[in-house]
Amino acid sequence: MSFFLIFALVVVAILIWAIAQYNSLITLRNQVTNGWKQIDVQLKRRHDLIPNLVNTVKGYMEFEQETLQKVIAARNAAVTATGVADAAAKEGALSGALSRLFALAENYPTLKSNETVKQLQEELSSTENKISFARQFYNDIATKFNIAQQVFPGNIIARLFGFTPSELFEVTEAAERSVPQVDLSLKK
Amino acid sequence: MSGAPANIYEQQAANRRNTLLVMATFILFVGFLGLGFDLFILGFGSDGIAFPAVTIIALLLGAFSAYNGLQSGAVSVLRSSGAVPAPADDPRYRQIHNVVEEIAIAAGVPKPEVYLIPDPDPNAFATGKDPAHASIAVTQGLLDKLSRDELQGVVAHEMGHVRNLDIRLMTVVAALIGAVMLLTELGLRTMRFGGGRKSSSRGGGGAGGVILFIIWIVALILAPFISRILAMAVSRQREFLADASGAELTRNPGALASALEKIDAAVEPTRSIKKGTAHLCIANPLGSDINEREGFLADIFATHPPIRKRIMILRGMAYQHG
Repeated sequence: MSFFLIFALVVVAILIWAIAQYNSLITLRNQVTNGWKQIDVQLKRRHDLIPNLVNTVKGYMEFEQETLQKVIAARNAAVTATGVADAAAKEGALSGALSRLFALAENYPTLKSNETVKQLQEELSSTENKISFARQFYNDIATKFNIAQQVFPGNIIARLFGFTPSELFEVTEAAERSVPQVDLSLKK
Repeated sequence: MSGAPANIYEQQAANRRNTLLVMATFILFVGFLGLGFDLFILGFGSDGIAFPAVTIIALLLGAFSAYNGLQSGAVSVLRSSGAVPAPADDPRYRQIHNVVEEIAIAAGVPKPEVYLIPDPDPNAFATGKDPAHASIAVTQGLLDKLSRDELQGVVAHEMGHVRNLDIRLMTVVAALIGAVMLLTELGLRTMRFGGGRKSSSRGGGGAGGVILFIIWIVALILAPFISRILAMAVSRQREFLADASGAELTRNPGALASALEKIDAAVEPTRSIKKGTAHLCIANPLGSDINEREGFLADIFATHPPIRKRIMILRGMAYQHG
């Protein structure tokens, strides 16, 4: 009788533990999804801001058509990105193109003093910051989610209910790692 | 309320606990005032009334104002420092709104309301009940004097207070300090007014009654001091942790260090911020010297740790980050 009681108590304890484990995995998965949405919102905002910026600076930077073209091309590629790894790569390329544009803009004093450009630049650099903070937050929470799925004995529950690890938003593109090249020689 | 908390979860738990403790202490204090009124003025327990009505009423009122302090303390803190909402669509305030939003994303909390204090001295504070109902107030001087990165450092420090739930405890303390001061004033006045009545109606109260009466008076006189000292102790320990949380959010401790240097260099006191809210600010708004000293007195009366010590620690972190 008492043996049966102990057995029942152990089963109940394991059940309670499994439920808690499952719920914490679900919570983490929702946080990961939410973290990704945060990045997505900021990326979309960046995509919306870029055509404005390019149109405003076009008149001032007529000698930098190539750089502007590259920004537009990178932006259009980024809009069509699918999945975390693809987005990370294409957004990385866009960040590189943008930072090159901003570095070149330093050569145009009239451009730098333009109020609209200043505001656009503030919005864009804030969006860049938001993207990197959102990425920082997403990667932290996704790592936590992945660890929770891999460590014993949580991995049993994760396997049982088919949880899959989340991809990290990593800076894979060489463009974002390298320092932008700025040509300071005078144009002919 | 002692020891250095190891992480933000412990800090959150400690803040929840201490908020309840402060509220309970406040309610008991108010009840105690009421009990004194019953005992010494209405003559409860001797030849006067048979029911401690004032004590019950005081406990209820105390509970109500403690609850009110938690729910709408932030509103009165903001109002008392003359803070006004910063319009988000005004180009002059775009940057601060952007910076607050960036740091909110980094901390994973909803964006707090942004308030502006029209004061030329650089300072900032955060207030609110929890991260979903938080406000960050900055002075005009802070916006004028700091670079974007430094502003980010200051906002990240405040966001540290928001995320650690420091704001809940500090807002309740700020709201209740005012109430304690008001009640002490009221209590001392009633005592003066009711003193004659007491001696005539009670006559032989005995030695016990006299001792109780003395304790009551002493508690009444000391209450404002004790609540201020409590507020300061509550605040000081939190500044280092908020600095560290801020550095963790921006990964740029150097910017906060140089912001603190600029805030320190501005010697003018922040006039808009009243004594009761001093413990909420990033740097002591009263501009007093005591925050720069170390030792026993400074330990008791300073609202903030020495700013130079904070800068030194942040510079150390910046060095490690490379």
